[in-house]
Amino acid sequence: MHTNSKVAPTLSRRQVIAATGAGTLAALIASLFPMSASADPGDVKKWLTAFSPGTPKSGKVTIGAPDIAENGNVVPITLTVDSPMTEQDYVKSIVMAADGNPLPGVVRADLSPANGKAEVQFRMRLAQTQTVTAVALMSDGSLWTASKLIKVTIGGCGG
Amino acid sequence: MAIQNVASRLLVPSMAKKGDIIEIKTIIMHPMYSGFTKDQNGKTIPREIINTFTVSYNGKQVFKMELQPSISSNPFISFFVKADQSGSFEFTWVDDNGDVYKNQAQITVT
Repeated sequence: MHTNSKVAPTLSRRQVIAATGAGTLAALIASLFPMSASADPGDVKKWLTAFSPGTPKSGKVTIGAPDIAENGNVVPITLTVDSPMTEQDYVKSIVMAADGNPLPGVVRADLSPANGKAEVQFRMRLAQTQTVTAVALMSDGSLWTASKLIKVTIGGCGG
Repeated sequence: MAIQNVASRLLVPSMAKKGDIIEIKTIIMHPMYSGFTKDQNGKTIPREIINTFTVSYNGKQVFKMELQPSISSNPFISFFVKADQSGSFEFTWVDDNGDVYKNQAQITVT
């Protein structure tokens, strides 16, 4: 890095960052979630069981999400459940929770045979690297679950 | 406090064959204040999010989503619906303030 002050531009790096708004943006992102606040695993379980009482089996549910989310503010999530979505066998609802956010709940979607396909997409906030869990309640009362670890590099330079 | 300039956009196919499973994409411009953010003066911005999103197809509810503060601002939501008759989709977003935002789209099923 250059340290020669004679050829340095009149604007300091700090001013340039402030002027472009990158600094304020980074501060805003950092202030979105205080790092100390995160739901403990008990809260996640409590939130999930409030909507879907019982012990879910692993399978049928797929969480589509990036392994590494560069911007924790907007992480695209696709929840897919393996179901024929007929009157006899369909997905009633899908619930999702995150263990590293200040509040465990993320979303609950209610579906019916009218959907034809059990797939929902949305974008969520992730305060830090954490595991997200989704539970699907089927029409026959069975519960299925899946979890995924998503690494977050808020305001970082990737990796 | 009511949020200003809330607008929504939809992506719904205008035509479909009977029995087709169509994808519907929606987005609404809303800041989704989580209750954990602070303004420039360090004051906490009170929580105000869209908490419920419902879709009805010719008057019958086909999709409902309950949102929590973990959902990003300007919430984008997409889902699928089986097209079985011509008619309209009605989209409703409700936020913590009790404000209701609506939008609709027409579809022709052949």
